[in-house]
Amino acid sequence: MHHVVSSAHILAQESDSWINTDTFIDLFWANTIGGLEYGSIYALIALGYTLVYGVLKLLNFAHSEVFIYGAYATWFTFFLLGFRPGPTPELATGELIAFLLLAVVVAMLVSGTTALVLERVAYRPLRNRGAPRLAFLITAIGASLVLQQILFLWRGGNAEQAIRLLRPETLFTVGSASIQNLTIIIVVASILMWLVADTFVNRTRFGRGIRAVAQDPETATLMGVNKERIIMLTFVVGGLLAGAAALFYMMKIPQGAQYNGGFLLGIKAFAAAVLGGIGNLRGALLGGLLLGVIENHGQALFGGEWRDVVAFVLLVLVLMFRPTGILGESLGKARV
Amino acid sequence: MARARITAALVLAAAASLALSACEARTDQGGSAGNEPQADAPAEPANAHKPEGDGNAKCSNVAIAYAGTINGENAALGQNILNGVKLAVKKHNDANKDCQVELKEFETEGVPEKAPGIVTQMVNTKEIVGVVGLPFSGESKAAGNIFDKAGLPQISPSATNPALAENGWKTFFRGLGNDNAQGPAAAKFLTENLGAEKVCVVQDDSEYGIGLAEAVKEALGDKVVCNEKVKTKQKEFSAVVQSIKAAQPDAVYYSGYYQEGAPFAQQLFDAGVEAQLVGPDGVKDVEYVKGAGDAAAETFFTCPCVPGEGFTKFAGEYRDMFDKDPGTYSVEGYDAATVLLSGIDAGNTDRKKMLEWIKNYDAQGLSNKLGWDDKGELAETPTVWTYKVENGKIVRNVEIK
Repeated sequence: MHHVVSSAHILAQESDSWINTDTFIDLFWANTIGGLEYGSIYALIALGYTLVYGVLKLLNFAHSEVFIYGAYATWFTFFLLGFRPGPTPELATGELIAFLLLAVVVAMLVSGTTALVLERVAYRPLRNRGAPRLAFLITAIGASLVLQQILFLWRGGNAEQAIRLLRPETLFTVGSASIQNLTIIIVVASILMWLVADTFVNRTRFGRGIRAVAQDPETATLMGVNKERIIMLTFVVGGLLAGAAALFYMMKIPQGAQYNGGFLLGIKAFAAAVLGGIGNLRGALLGGLLLGVIENHGQALFGGEWRDVVAFVLLVLVLMFRPTGILGESLGKARV
Repeated sequence: MARARITAALVLAAAASLALSACEARTDQGGSAGNEPQADAPAEPANAHKPEGDGNAKCSNVAIAYAGTINGENAALGQNILNGVKLAVKKHNDANKDCQVELKEFETEGVPEKAPGIVTQMVNTKEIVGVVGLPFSGESKAAGNIFDKAGLPQISPSATNPALAENGWKTFFRGLGNDNAQGPAAAKFLTENLGAEKVCVVQDDSEYGIGLAEAVKEALGDKVVCNEKVKTKQKEFSAVVQSIKAAQPDAVYYSGYYQEGAPFAQQLFDAGVEAQLVGPDGVKDVEYVKGAGDAAAETFFTCPCVPGEGFTKFAGEYRDMFDKDPGTYSVEGYDAATVLLSGIDAGNTDRKKMLEWIKNYDAQGLSNKLGWDDKGELAETPTVWTYKVENGKIVRNVEIK
């Protein structure tokens, strides 16, 4: 009884300000910057969903596990370098950069390999037998669970204990936002990674192959494009980007290496890809950043418990008016 | 190799210097009573009940069970309890050759949606006459009526949500104080010992987190300057952290579990929020200390649990068996198992008799005086202790009276 009365009391207290515009305005810059930081991680993961969807019209739900394998790779790299959980060590800048570069390379390789194995083991046999699209989708969900359980059996249910090399420090402030070194690294590096991916797809021979297969697999094959190789390549590129995202994620959230830690992030990144227009590289970037920022502002306006609701209501609204996402599906569209 | 060793040395040196500076920081702010010289930890009560009994018990084909998280959510909290139970069963079985009680383990993963199915399996296992669990409040709420219907008694060594005892379940017993004790005690610690005038209360969306936050907020009254909500499994907290930063509190109370508490604490620390962070029993685990990095050394905990540091005999036996120190609620798990085991020794080998045995139980446990009222709450409300982090371990701070 007491329980019921006090919840009613709290409900009454909050009902007179269910939308908190003051917090929204006061913290506009802080939440925007924070959202851009996390959003750029969404964006990098979203690229993997978008690339695979563009080429195979497959929602690769196991991509969240490709990402989390990268997070474990990052953690193990730090661990094998001799770092242990506890307070952040003081490192010389050169050393720090070397270690982080090593970690990103390892993470990208592990995620890329995971994606490749996933493609070979789970999806290729289905393709060879001409399985219907639904079979791919169910396989993707199954593969996601299998990859999760492997981690679970090996490392258990707890997150790996936090190891961090770079302590965030505030460099300068913009309005209510303190810009930290970590924020700059994550946002700038993510945008650079996106630029590389975008250039790769739009400017190189391999990229042309990816676009050709996305447009029309049969014709592309007739024109001498090796479709199987292109599909492998697409998975690997998506995996590499997820690996890079994993390092940034682990720098921001060192407790991130947990067997099911990719799930929620994967769903969000997938939503970001759809928001921007799935199959569209620019859309993935825009969708990721937008989702990150809006999640934060949504929390400021309505409270932390509405975080996911705000994000998905927004997604539904956008899809009502633009069913193909903000920028539309474009990987398969002919472009000069 | 050499490189790794040098780096390790650097890390150690940095860790040591940081640990030192953390200690200094704490003595600086330490006019407050939060850091007064400590009372000694209570020693093992000489008259505490013993799982081994008199060694002459006779029984056959009888089992007790542990149900709760083993490898699932916040697994460390469940394993602490399970190990306490295992130790009690081992001591019992070693001493009583003619009464070998089997311990069955059931994994709920700590997830409220999964608990009813698992508990149904358990109540259908006929040999089980009593259960230690469930550890968490959310799953306890979801599965309590199944125990009640089957008449299978359960002693929860750690679920603290007060409302659990209000459901009229005849089989529910709580082996520790509830959040109607922890909430006000936490408020007292925050305002009196830490001298906080402005407190932010952060709650997760679990039964436990919500209930405890309500108790804390009620006791704090108008000293609550912000109330933020986070979600289970959330790992990114920038919006919540920014809101807390803007409210400029003296202290932050995190009402939830360590899985989210650790990244939250670290991100709060990273954002330069200097408020004193205090967490409840759900955060008080060495997993938190290892997860929260730089932020861990600055955290206090409240817990309706007795510090086990004085229990040298228990701790020694525990270490021998599991090769690690007892954790939060290991003692409570051991006590709960002892109640069941002594019931079996006294010939209560079916559920109905066991239920009567627990209802009439009245003995000193290692942790608390064990004896229950009609609702299944301890008749003698135990005190709440606060804890702090020292050298990467959680040690007792002060008792809140």
